[in-house]
Amino acid sequence: MATPLWRYVGKRLLLLIPVLFGLSLIVFFIMALIPGDPAQAILGSYATPENVARLNAQLGLDKSLPQQYLTWLGNIFQGDFGRSYNQNREVISIIAERFGATLILAGTALVLCSIFGLLAGIISASRQYGLVDKAITLIVLIGISMPAFWLGLLMIMLFAVEWRLLPASGMFSIYGGGDLPDLIRHLILPAGTLAFIATGVIARLTRASMLEVLRQDFIRTARAKGVNERRVIYRHAFKAALVSIVPVIGIQAGFVLGGAVYIETVFQWPGMGSMLVNAISTRDLLLVQGGVLVIAAAYVLINLAADVVQFILDPRVTA
Amino acid sequence: MTTNAQAPLLSRLFGRRHSRTSPLALLVRNRLAAAGLVVLCLVVFIALITPWLPLPDPNATQPSDRLIPPFTTGHWLGTDQLGRDILSRLLWGTRVSLVVGIAATLVAALIGSTIGIVAGYFGKRVDSTLMRGIDMMMAFPYILLALAIVAVLGPGLLNALYAIAIVNIPFFARNVRGVTVTLRNREFVDAALLSGKNHFLILVTEILPNVLPVIVITMSTTVGWMILETAGLSFLGLGAQPPQADLGSMLGEGRRLISTAPFVSTVPGVMIFILVMSINLLGDGIRDALDPRLKAGALRRPAARTRTSVEARQASQYEQRGVLDVRALRTEFHLDNQVHRAVNGPTFSIEAGECLGIIGESGSGKSVTAMSLLGLVASPPGMIMGGQVNYRDTNLLGISDNDLRRYRGGELAYIFQDPLSTLHPLFTVGDQLVEAMRSHYAISYTDAWKKAVTLLEEVRIPNAANRAHSYPHQLSGGMRQRVSIAMALANEPKLIIADEPTTALDVTVQAQILALLNRLRDDKGASLMFITHDFGVVRQVCHRVAVMYAGEIVEIGPVEEILAQPAHPYTRRLISCVPDVERKTGKLEEIPGLPPQVNNLPEGCKFADRCDMVADQCRQAPIELKTMNERHQARCIFAKEVV
Repeated sequence: MATPLWRYVGKRLLLLIPVLFGLSLIVFFIMALIPGDPAQAILGSYATPENVARLNAQLGLDKSLPQQYLTWLGNIFQGDFGRSYNQNREVISIIAERFGATLILAGTALVLCSIFGLLAGIISASRQYGLVDKAITLIVLIGISMPAFWLGLLMIMLFAVEWRLLPASGMFSIYGGGDLPDLIRHLILPAGTLAFIATGVIARLTRASMLEVLRQDFIRTARAKGVNERRVIYRHAFKAALVSIVPVIGIQAGFVLGGAVYIETVFQWPGMGSMLVNAISTRDLLLVQGGVLVIAAAYVLINLAADVVQFILDPRVTA
Repeated sequence: MTTNAQAPLLSRLFGRRHSRTSPLALLVRNRLAAAGLVVLCLVVFIALITPWLPLPDPNATQPSDRLIPPFTTGHWLGTDQLGRDILSRLLWGTRVSLVVGIAATLVAALIGSTIGIVAGYFGKRVDSTLMRGIDMMMAFPYILLALAIVAVLGPGLLNALYAIAIVNIPFFARNVRGVTVTLRNREFVDAALLSGKNHFLILVTEILPNVLPVIVITMSTTVGWMILETAGLSFLGLGAQPPQADLGSMLGEGRRLISTAPFVSTVPGVMIFILVMSINLLGDGIRDALDPRLKAGALRRPAARTRTSVEARQASQYEQRGVLDVRALRTEFHLDNQVHRAVNGPTFSIEAGECLGIIGESGSGKSVTAMSLLGLVASPPGMIMGGQVNYRDTNLLGISDNDLRRYRGGELAYIFQDPLSTLHPLFTVGDQLVEAMRSHYAISYTDAWKKAVTLLEEVRIPNAANRAHSYPHQLSGGMRQRVSIAMALANEPKLIIADEPTTALDVTVQAQILALLNRLRDDKGASLMFITHDFGVVRQVCHRVAVMYAGEIVEIGPVEEILAQPAHPYTRRLISCVPDVERKTGKLEEIPGLPPQVNNLPEGCKFADRCDMVADQCRQAPIELKTMNERHQARCIFAKEVV
């Protein structure tokens, strides 16, 4: 049992190489599209031409694009993402500091939206066109149509400003915080907001694939065997539906990571998202580049994990 | 569906094909979608007439009138931190958001669809290169790529538009490519190529009209996101730059005032929500209307048990004949306001240890009859309208769901056709056998597993202990059929309903399975109801046979007698379909014509149109079953008594 699984994981990891290669290529060339002279942009309009030329040489910008790319890629392999112009620190150390916070936020949200999405979808499907189904459909629709950033503001208005139940921003209290309960108190609003927005897609898909699966012949067989209806839905139908839902949960991870950009900004969560927004407004391009690359790589890895889960669930998938 | 896919978009939206409701009518009937349409039209209308409304300049600051609360005369929605009128800014901002969102959608649709059509049409290298690039784009979390693009181009509304459009290109490219690939292999494209049209002309005149519905669906589902995401970029300060305002930047500016003046951010927030919600409702409606699968209501989930009319549930009990006694069973399908009468009152009984064959062409109602017995007909659309199914003095149509569940797979077992789709693909066959047992009596998993292996041995599966760990797809067709037979035997049933269990198998395997069923019936003394379309099979396993046509039994009697002296013309036809080695001269005959449509059954004899003996009185009134002898009846006015 373990051998095919590991063979599959190994194969998928190998397939990851061209994907990561492609990601780096896209990021590099987007950055190469910057209009004008980057050195000029860095040094400002009062820089002397000699200084600009020197910085260009220093940054390797006087070489050809493919040469630049290879140098850049080589550096990244050694963990050298360059220096942040504004903070005058290694990009990698800023990312290292920020990455954990995003992981906590996005991870919690992903777990929450998966649980609620699956549950809502199953209940909706098993009571198709009933009152519960309609209520869930409506909530899901609200979730899909709600701007994450506005929902975040509403949450702050209600829970932090109006009722003073939960902290409005940050990851830890400034005074006397820092332990797990403090983190959880700070996490509830941002993770809840992010999860609410992301639940809709999973709930919809779960409902649709449950309805699809419930029409299959093997469900009729289960009923003909005398399996009780609860088991038909939660074991037979759900397992079959899960096979098509798991990849979408992987894709939702991208949505959650992206949504974290807004949520981190609204709740001043010290993660990669708020870092990126600041870096973009200050044109700190190497920081943007590193941040985008790291999040994209994380996303690719999460999708790999989703594929592995699907491999475990579905014996028909071959390594 | 095939005809629909080729029809141009407009005729698909407005046309009434095959007497089905037109998508536009469906859209209007879908109340939520209609509400979305109305709200969206209202918002668009107000946005259009904004320049002519008597509103203050949205950018005129008035420091003395800062943060006036809503519902004040002169400033209905109040003023913001610079004393600007929020209503005016809201309407102007809505205009900007709408324009940017729609423009981004058009750009994404144009570029994405072009990529998709080209990739799908030319295939091979072009396809793999283009789609590899699209895959790479999709490897980024959606909004992140947009952020990277804005980072490079610099903040600004136009740049935000480009960024959002670019990240949505893959959705169009993928959807459109998928449809184009299937279209590429259609005859009409080849025909156009042969007629000398060049590729460009074919793409524009043949392919484009057919992929248009997909483009429209994708647009209607993505435009909401695009408005949301451009607003998001503006909210982050990366889109619209002051003094210009869209809904997102208004929200972003109001953000700092949430504790003092919450209305400044609430107003644009509500507007974005209303806008996106109405677009999403409309988009769902458009998708449902253009997706033919949803039109027939096919996605309704079947209930655990076929719906049964009150009349059938409360029928008074007859005196039981045999083990199973079915009387005047009627099952209908209610589809698209039409009634398909699939089962029209068959009456038959099965004795203990007896095998009754049910024979007929496909569509004759034999499977629906069999599934009605255990309430397994998909419902909706199926419904049992009347009749009785008496099993050992219990009317199965009248008992509770849970009582019926106990009979299913317990005393009454069902073997389905095509075990690849009827076995669960994700559980091992051993597991599925164990479940069949554990659904009916308390037995530990390990004991049940041992019994499962014994059952597999009993149906002659070699190496059963290992095979129990296999998944259905790892077994051959014959093995799978044996598994489903083993599953039916798990709880020592008194009656086995076998629904064409050998149809999907080759002849040698078929003979083995038939021998197996025969032996099991003999050994265990169970009754067998055997559904088939093959008289050769009937002769091998059945004692009596009922011939079904258009949901009725047209002849019933002992197998030998019916084979020797068939009374109904349809039975004669069916018998002559069987290749007969002994008859040597016999050439295979097929029955001309098709069975009648069950949503439009004739008044008189239902076989009349295909019968070579048809006379006028055949068509005048329903034909009653005529008794040949005590055990043999036929539904034909020309049937002669058999002594």
